[in-house]
Amino acid sequence: MIDLLAQADNALDGLKAVGAGLGYGLAAIGPGVGIGLVVGNAITAMARQPESAGMVRTTMFLGIAFTEALALIGFVVFILLNFA
Amino acid sequence: MSDKVEERSSDLQDLGQLAEPEKSIVSDMLLRGLKVSPAWLALSLVFWGVNGLASSAYGLGLIFANFVFAAAFLTWAGRISVAALMFAALGGFILRLAFLTVAVIAFSKIGVFAPIPLAITIIVSHLGLLVWETRYVSISLAYPGLRPSQMRQRNRKEIK
Repeated sequence: MIDLLAQADNALDGLKAVGAGLGYGLAAIGPGVGIGLVVGNAITAMARQPESAGMVRTTMFLGIAFTEALALIGFVVFILLNFA
Repeated sequence: MSDKVEERSSDLQDLGQLAEPEKSIVSDMLLRGLKVSPAWLALSLVFWGVNGLASSAYGLGLIFANFVFAAAFLTWAGRISVAALMFAALGGFILRLAFLTVAVIAFSKIGVFAPIPLAITIIVSHLGLLVWETRYVSISLAYPGLRPSQMRQRNRKEIK
């Protein structure tokens, strides 16, 4: 009986780790798409108006960093599920 | 015709080399972050003890390194071409996430690791620094005459 409980406990730990990994991976998909959209549109803007490249790149960098915050939230959930 | 195209492309390259705003944004953010970090570390020490202090310091270091790496990679790619910029943005995103994961897993093997202060520090410092920087960037992008230092000078003149 105790062996069974120990096995179930191990299985739960394993499932928790799998869930954390899956959650982190899924949370990174949206920001990946978002960064693609941000950079794609920034490149279009730079091609249309090369003289405003500096301004576009400033906005692009901040946009990338804000989008990345979503992936970092997934990362934080991964940390909390795995280690807390 | 081809001469014109070459002239145009060399102009674009010059412009690309001149315009490297990522460096200035990140140095600005790092300066602000370094100013605020002692207060944040003191709060961490009060709430979570020495382990919390070490984890918060590690989290701050990770976020600073993340910003520096992103800026350096984008600046480097921007000098090459826009296609390289696209690669750097997406490839850099994956690389930085991998770096953060490896760094946190490595840190978790150390005795001073505290997950909650580390998690809170990562989110708060990343978003806080970005929002703080955006405030200045948005003002200077939309109305270059409204930069905080220039506004202060103008107000002083008007008062006089």
